[in-house]
Amino acid sequence: MPSLPDVMIPEVADLARRAASGQTADPHLEDVALKPAFFDWLCRMGDSTLILGHRLSEWCGHGPVLEEDIALANTALDFIGQTQLWLGLAAEVEAQGRSADDLAFLRDAMKFRNVKLVELPNGDIGQTLMRGFLFDAWHFEMLTALGNSTSPRVAEIAAKAVKEVSYHLERSSDLVVRLGDGTEQSHERMQAALDYLWPYTGEMFAGDAIDRAVTEAGIAPDPAALLPLWQRTVTEVLAEATLQVPDRRFDAQHGGKQGRHTEHLGYILAQMQFLQRAYPGASW
Amino acid sequence: MYAQMVKSEGMKSLEDMTPEERAFQERIDRGEKIEPKEWMPEGYRKTLIRQIGQHAHSEIVGQLPEGNWVTRAPTLERKAILLAKVQDEAGHGLYLYSAAETLGVSRDELMEKLHSGAMKYSSIFNYPTLTWADMGAVGWLVDGAAIMNQVPLQRTSYGPYSRAMIRICKEESFHQRQGYAIMMKMAQGTPEQREMAQDAFNRFWFPALMMFGPSDKDSVHSAQSMAWKIKMNTNDELRQKFVDETVPQAEFLGLTVPDETLRWNEARGHYDFAEPDWDEFFEVIKGNGPCNEERLEARRSAWDRGAWFRDGLSAYAEKAAARRAAARVAAE
Repeated sequence: MPSLPDVMIPEVADLARRAASGQTADPHLEDVALKPAFFDWLCRMGDSTLILGHRLSEWCGHGPVLEEDIALANTALDFIGQTQLWLGLAAEVEAQGRSADDLAFLRDAMKFRNVKLVELPNGDIGQTLMRGFLFDAWHFEMLTALGNSTSPRVAEIAAKAVKEVSYHLERSSDLVVRLGDGTEQSHERMQAALDYLWPYTGEMFAGDAIDRAVTEAGIAPDPAALLPLWQRTVTEVLAEATLQVPDRRFDAQHGGKQGRHTEHLGYILAQMQFLQRAYPGASW
Repeated sequence: MYAQMVKSEGMKSLEDMTPEERAFQERIDRGEKIEPKEWMPEGYRKTLIRQIGQHAHSEIVGQLPEGNWVTRAPTLERKAILLAKVQDEAGHGLYLYSAAETLGVSRDELMEKLHSGAMKYSSIFNYPTLTWADMGAVGWLVDGAAIMNQVPLQRTSYGPYSRAMIRICKEESFHQRQGYAIMMKMAQGTPEQREMAQDAFNRFWFPALMMFGPSDKDSVHSAQSMAWKIKMNTNDELRQKFVDETVPQAEFLGLTVPDETLRWNEARGHYDFAEPDWDEFFEVIKGNGPCNEERLEARRSAWDRGAWFRDGLSAYAEKAAARRAAARVAAE
């Protein structure tokens, strides 16, 4: 481009090429029997970060204060980056010629594997932050455990993501405490958000045949094993926030991981996938 | 910069100045930076608050037309880049409000003036973003025009403003490149993508030229601001520079500049080009642009809906301070 030098100088292009070619060897990628479960499990990780990142990006420019505009966009950006890694690996495992973008933009709702919690509407900023906290408390324990995965590729992604997510958890815990123990109104709003979201949290700890397969392969922890760790964080933070743990089942809502979603996901996809659907095959 | 029609205080000759004013002007003429606690004429302070405030408001209102496409970005990479860019804009708003605070005006006061309509933001953000190509056009043309203004402002006389501009310019130049990269993909893409790219260019060309403000002959506030080095070039100089740099970039993309009168003028060594429709410009400034009401309403409503959040955080901070004080008393 005249008068605007290209940022992709040869040295940078070479670095990118070397980085892309030097993937760590991972025997799990060759395990044909494991492939369907491994693929599905990677989609569960990547779809949850994709949909939550998408929801957070809806706040862009509409935050309650400038610092929150920055933080929400920053967190959304972390999730989209993690999605590129999880869905990129999913596409490699599947080995059917699909890319991370194909998975994100060309699957319909029943093929999405995210937990329902992340697709719920943003509500007010309190509901968005409470949803973030309940997810972050699980996400942090999950990624920490994945650091010991027998899959080096999974462990690498987790090691990168856990740095970002430990900050997400620090931030969301802090804001839940401040708003829970703020004014009467902020307390009521945070309690209402918690009550609404609570039945969707159990899905993060419910295992099925897919989870058993990746747990047996040593790729991921048993989801149920994360529950006591999550409960400890959540109980502590909610107590400090002067909020009550809701008196209702925490696992009433489930099915997202198996592709049975809320009505909300279809609208997210209609918006997110618009360009790819309207102009098939175009390059952006 | 996104400041247009910033009203400047009256202009005095060196002889008419008080000794303080003269010493101040001589510091500026020597190229010294003015720092927050130092003496400055009230007019300098007021003009800077208006200019920096308008720039800050433009950054945060400027999140909206691009935020409009974040949820519809066509690939994960484009979504990540756009999020990073919009986040940068919010960050620029933060530096600039902080720079304005050093002049004795709080961020809340400035926000109040934005929401009441007492302060403006750049006219460009009152235009809609209708297709994905607009993300390219905004980055390439809007950030491109902003850079024309901001690069010289790195040398502006007010220290905090100058330092904010240095950081902002680094990021803006990436923004312009990402916009151009989007346009390049579209211009080399399918016929539909090319059509979108040309349409976006057609819609943003004249509004981008308006970003530099009215012609010098109609710009009443330039002389004093230039003497104070809070405006470094005239509107027409910058507009010409922008046209001269942008036309070859458009040719490289294979796009047609939507101006039939555009010609290279060998004698001047510049392009001759058509003036934007200044009636349209003044209408947009007055509030009659395509998106004025939506943009302002989006900001007001975000602020109003966020009141309980801000109040909650303040209440917690007070309680926490009281608890710390009580603990100190108990310990003594």
